[in-house]
Amino acid sequence: MGFFFQELVNGVTTGALYALVALGFSMVYGVLKLLNFAHGDLYMVGAFIGYFVIQWFGGPAALSIPVPVVLLIMFVLAALVVGFLGVVIERFAYRPLRDAPRIAPLITAIGISFFLENAALLLFGAQYRVYNTSEFISFSSGIQIGSVSIDAVQIMVLAMGLALMVGLRLLVIRTTLGKQMRAVASDREAAEMLGINVNFTIAATFFLGSALAGVAGVMAGLLFNQVTNMIGFTAGLKAFTAAVVGGIGSLPGAMLGGLLIGIAESFITGYVSSTYTNLLIFGLLIAVMLVRPTGLFGRPQLRKV
Amino acid sequence: MSGEALPPTTAPDVDGPQVGADEWVARRAQRHEYLPSWLGAAQRAAERVGWWPRLAVAGLAGALLPLLGLGGFQLQVGIDSLVIALLAVGLNIVVGWTGMLDLGFVAFFGFGAYTFALLSSAQLGSHAIHLPSVLSIPIVMIATGILGLLVGLPSRRLIGDYLAIVTLFFGEAFVEFTNNVAPGVLGGPNGIVGIDTVHAFGHQISTNAGYYYLLVVVLVATMAVLRLLDTSRTGRAWRAVREDPLAAASMTIPVDRVKLMAFAFGAVVAGLAGTIFAAQQISVFPTDFDTPILIVVYAALVLGGSGSIAGAATGALVVYVIYDGLLRSPTYSGFMFYGLILLTLLAKLRPWRRLGLVLVSTVAFGFLAHAVAQAISHTWVAGAPQSTGFVGAALRDWVIVPANPQTPGKFGFVLLICMLIALVQVKGVWRTILLVPTLYLASFTWETVLIASPSVTRQLMIGAILIVMMNARPQGLLGTRRVEVPA
Repeated sequence: MGFFFQELVNGVTTGALYALVALGFSMVYGVLKLLNFAHGDLYMVGAFIGYFVIQWFGGPAALSIPVPVVLLIMFVLAALVVGFLGVVIERFAYRPLRDAPRIAPLITAIGISFFLENAALLLFGAQYRVYNTSEFISFSSGIQIGSVSIDAVQIMVLAMGLALMVGLRLLVIRTTLGKQMRAVASDREAAEMLGINVNFTIAATFFLGSALAGVAGVMAGLLFNQVTNMIGFTAGLKAFTAAVVGGIGSLPGAMLGGLLIGIAESFITGYVSSTYTNLLIFGLLIAVMLVRPTGLFGRPQLRKV
Repeated sequence: MSGEALPPTTAPDVDGPQVGADEWVARRAQRHEYLPSWLGAAQRAAERVGWWPRLAVAGLAGALLPLLGLGGFQLQVGIDSLVIALLAVGLNIVVGWTGMLDLGFVAFFGFGAYTFALLSSAQLGSHAIHLPSVLSIPIVMIATGILGLLVGLPSRRLIGDYLAIVTLFFGEAFVEFTNNVAPGVLGGPNGIVGIDTVHAFGHQISTNAGYYYLLVVVLVATMAVLRLLDTSRTGRAWRAVREDPLAAASMTIPVDRVKLMAFAFGAVVAGLAGTIFAAQQISVFPTDFDTPILIVVYAALVLGGSGSIAGAATGALVVYVIYDGLLRSPTYSGFMFYGLILLTLLAKLRPWRRLGLVLVSTVAFGFLAHAVAQAISHTWVAGAPQSTGFVGAALRDWVIVPANPQTPGKFGFVLLICMLIALVQVKGVWRTILLVPTLYLASFTWETVLIASPSVTRQLMIGAILIVMMNARPQGLLGTRRVEVPA
C-alpha cells in the first residue's frame, strides 16, 4: 500500500501545480472565450525567472540571503513579471481581435506561444537549466508517515497551491473585481452597459491568470528541477487537459481537473509505464471530449438563434 | 437621392455572388485605383486573366525554374516548399472553406508518410511489402481519407474551440504514438529508413529533380481538382457551413456530411503529400510531424489568405522559401531583412517627405551612434556585422557590433520588442521620431544575434507572421475580406 500512497502524494502535488496553470487558463477562457495557447509558455517564463533569482543570489549552493527570502522573491517576482507579460500580450495581440472571427485570436495565440518559445531559446539557449533544489532545501526535511515520505518542497507546493486556490475562489465570489469578472464572462456587452470597465476587468483577469502560471512555473522548477524553453508546451497541454476535463471556464472544474490529471499521470507512470503516460493522458482527454464535451463541471452551452 | 449621376454600376460578377463576402467589400478590388499609363493597362490586362490560365502559367513557371540551374540545396528547398504548398491547399479545405480549426492536420501528413513507409520498405521484416507506387499511393490516400473521416466524426457535435482542442490532442497523440508504440514496427524516435522511391509505369524517380517535377505536377493537379470542388455544389455548401451552420441546415444542406467531407478531403491531400515526402526523404521520423511544421503550414495559409487556393499555395512557397532557403544564408537573409524593412516603409510611410526624413535620420543616427561608441571604448565596436557580402561591408561603420556581441544582442532583442510595442502605442510625430532608433535597434539585433542563429530566427519569424497578419490583415495577402455578422 505504501507505493500506492506515495504515488498518490506525488500525483496530488503535480496535480496542484497543473491546477494552478489550468485555473489561469480557465479564467482567461471565461472572460474572453479564447483558448490562450500561450499560457503554458508564460509558465515557462516564470520557471526561468525563478532560476535567475537563484543565480542572482549566489547560486543554489551558496545563497547570500536566507532561503525563505529567496523563495519569496522568486514567487513574487515571477508572479509580477509574468502577470505583466500576460497583460501586455492581451493588450497588443488579443484586444484588437476581440470582435474578429473566432479563428483569428486562436491563430494569434498559437503565434504568440511559438514566439515566446523561440524568444526564450534565443535568450537563454537550448541547454537545461537546473535549479538544484536539494542544495538549499533538504529532501529529508519533510514528513514521514509510515513508508510514505512527503518532502518539504511538496508540502510547500501543496500549501501554496491550496492557499492560492482558496484565495482566488474568495476573490471571484466575494470581491467587486470578482463580480465584474463573472459579469464580463457571462455577457461582455451587457456588462459594459452596466458601467463595468470591461478592458480593465479583462486585463486584471489576464494579470491574475498569468501570475498564477508564473508561480506554478517556479514551483515546477523547484519540484522537477529542470527548466528549458520547451517545458511550457507540455505543461500547457496538461493544463489544457485539466481545464477541459473539469469543464472549461469553470474554476472548481479546473482545480479538480488538475488534481485528476496529476494523479492519473502519477499512477500511469507508477503502475503502467512512463512511455505511455502522455499518450494515455491525451487519449483520456479525447475520450472525455467525445463523451461529455462540456467536461465534468461545464454547463451545456445554450445557443440563441 | 441627389440629382448627381449615379456611378456606373459594375459589371455583374461572373462567378455569381460569393457566399460569405459582403458585396461592397467583395467589390472593393474593382474600385481601387490603377497605376498611371501603360502600367495601369498592364494591371488591367493581368486582372482579366482567368483562374485557369494563371494556374497554367504558374505551373509552367514552376516547371521551367530548374532550367535556371538550381543547385542541390535550392532544389531541396523547392521540393520542401512544394510539399508545404500541398499541405496548405489541403488545410485550406478544412480551415479556409469550412471554417473548422483543425490543429491535428499534420498528423494526416504523418499518417500518410508512415503508411507509405510501411507499405514500401523492409521495415516489416519477413512480411516486407514493396508495393509499386501506383498501388501504394492510392491505398495510402484512401486510408488517410478514412482516418480523416474518423477524426472528423467529433466535428458533428463539437464546434469551434472544442474541435480545435480535440484535433490538437490528436496531433500530439500521433507524435507520441509514433515515438513510443511498437518500436519494432514504427522504429520509435529512430523512425523508418530505407523507404522505396516512387516507381510507376516502369519509371523510377530517384533524383531530386525528378521529385521536383513530380511535385509540380501533383500540386497543379491538386489545385485544379480543388478549384473544381470549390466551384461545385459541395464547395458552396462548405462555405455556407462556415458562415452559419444553422442557416445552412435550414437550407437543407446536410451539415454533418459536409463537414466530414471537408475533413476527409483535407486528409487525402495531406496523405498524398506524406507519400511523396516519405519517398523523397527515403526516411520518416516522428519529429517531422511535430508542432513546428503545423505552425509553418498555418503561417503559410494565413499569409496567403485563408479560403483561397492560390493564396494558400503562394503563401506556402513564400513562407517556406524564406524559412528554409533565404534565412540559412547570411548574404540572402541580409538582403531579405533589409529589403523587407524598406518595402514596409515604402508601403506604409507617407508622404514621401516623411519617408526620406526617416531614412536620412536613421543613417545619420547610426553613424553618430557608431562614432560615440567608438569614442567611449574600442571594444564596443570591435566586432564585425554578421551579414556578409556588400550589406555587411556597407554596415561596417554604421552599426555597433561589440567584440562579444551575444549578451548585448540579447538585451537589444528584448529592448526591440519593447520599442515595437511602444511604436504601436504612440501616435503622430512621436511615432516618426521613435521609428528612427527602432530601425537602428532592429539592425543592431539582426547583426549581433538574430542572424547568428538562423534556426531560431526563422521560428520567431513564423510566430511573428501569425501575430502580425492576424492583427493587420486577417484575410491574408490574396484573400477576400470576410464580414462576420455578429451573433
